[in-house]
Amino acid sequence: MDMQVQPQGQAPGVDPGEQHGARSYLIGLMYAVALTLASFWAATTPLVYAPAVPVLLAVLAIAQMGVHVSFFLHISSAPDQANNFLSLAFGVFVSAFVVFGSMMIMANLNHNMMPMDELTKMQR
Amino acid sequence: MSADEQALSPIPGVSLALRGPAPSRVVAGFGFWLFLLSDIIIFAALFATYSVLSGSTAGGPSAAELFDKRHVFMETLCLLASSVTCGFGLLALHRTDTRALYFWMGITFVLGACFLTMEGKEFAGMVAAGAGPSHSAFLSAFFTLVGTHGLHVSLGLVWLLVMLLQVATLGFRPMVSRRFFCFALFWHALDIVWVGVFTIVYLGAK
Repeated sequence: MDMQVQPQGQAPGVDPGEQHGARSYLIGLMYAVALTLASFWAATTPLVYAPAVPVLLAVLAIAQMGVHVSFFLHISSAPDQANNFLSLAFGVFVSAFVVFGSMMIMANLNHNMMPMDELTKMQR
Repeated sequence: MSADEQALSPIPGVSLALRGPAPSRVVAGFGFWLFLLSDIIIFAALFATYSVLSGSTAGGPSAAELFDKRHVFMETLCLLASSVTCGFGLLALHRTDTRALYFWMGITFVLGACFLTMEGKEFAGMVAAGAGPSHSAFLSAFFTLVGTHGLHVSLGLVWLLVMLLQVATLGFRPMVSRRFFCFALFWHALDIVWVGVFTIVYLGAK
């Protein structure tokens, strides 16, 4: 494994400090387990104000995805990772667009729908 | 030549355009990374479908009634641990240490198989209880989303077996390490998708 900086950019998943060996995976595991425990705790505890729980879960999930991306996949914003980082940003953008766009459109359609009992009355 | 390019250059004064193509390892890794991102976009579409349909239970059981959080927690731990052992296996691959590679990738395989068994049990239990994919829109969306993830894990296990056989028969050729490296990326990406699954499907159940 050559340690020099690749002039054409680095492949994703390559740990720039590979001499640290397993350290990055162990730190990642620690954070990931802590965040998973926090998520399961947040979903069951009565201590958190109930309407705030989904927001807390979303924050914890996004944090954990970030931990996986940086500690397991070793994606960073280093100059030789520009291609990987930009394609990741585009992927996140498209995913968010698909998920939130669909939810918004469907919520709007539901809102404009005639209530079901009125609809069945009209069909009679 | 910009300061950034200058810093990246192993041969000072040679511009990026004159340095030839990137090594195959970088090209293969980046290409596979693009495939993974498009795979994640497929999952985004399935997540969107699930979020829209999760309330449409057609009088059947709802998400909160069906899911056992303890079971999901064990599944999550299996997948998380397998991601880390896969990373250790990758380090063994870089050292060309055959025994460590077999050891860590063997554990990865067992943990992946445990995950699939637990998921299979859950699915079988749901179908037996009359909550199969044909019961409501919510259940169809659930089985499609979680089933697609499970299918990816199964394909990953087949791929892992093939890679271990290739190491055994072909040894540590650059071609084999490249493929193994792509497998590790695939396995880590599946873990990221699972974070979304357990948060939205299991913990977000209302």
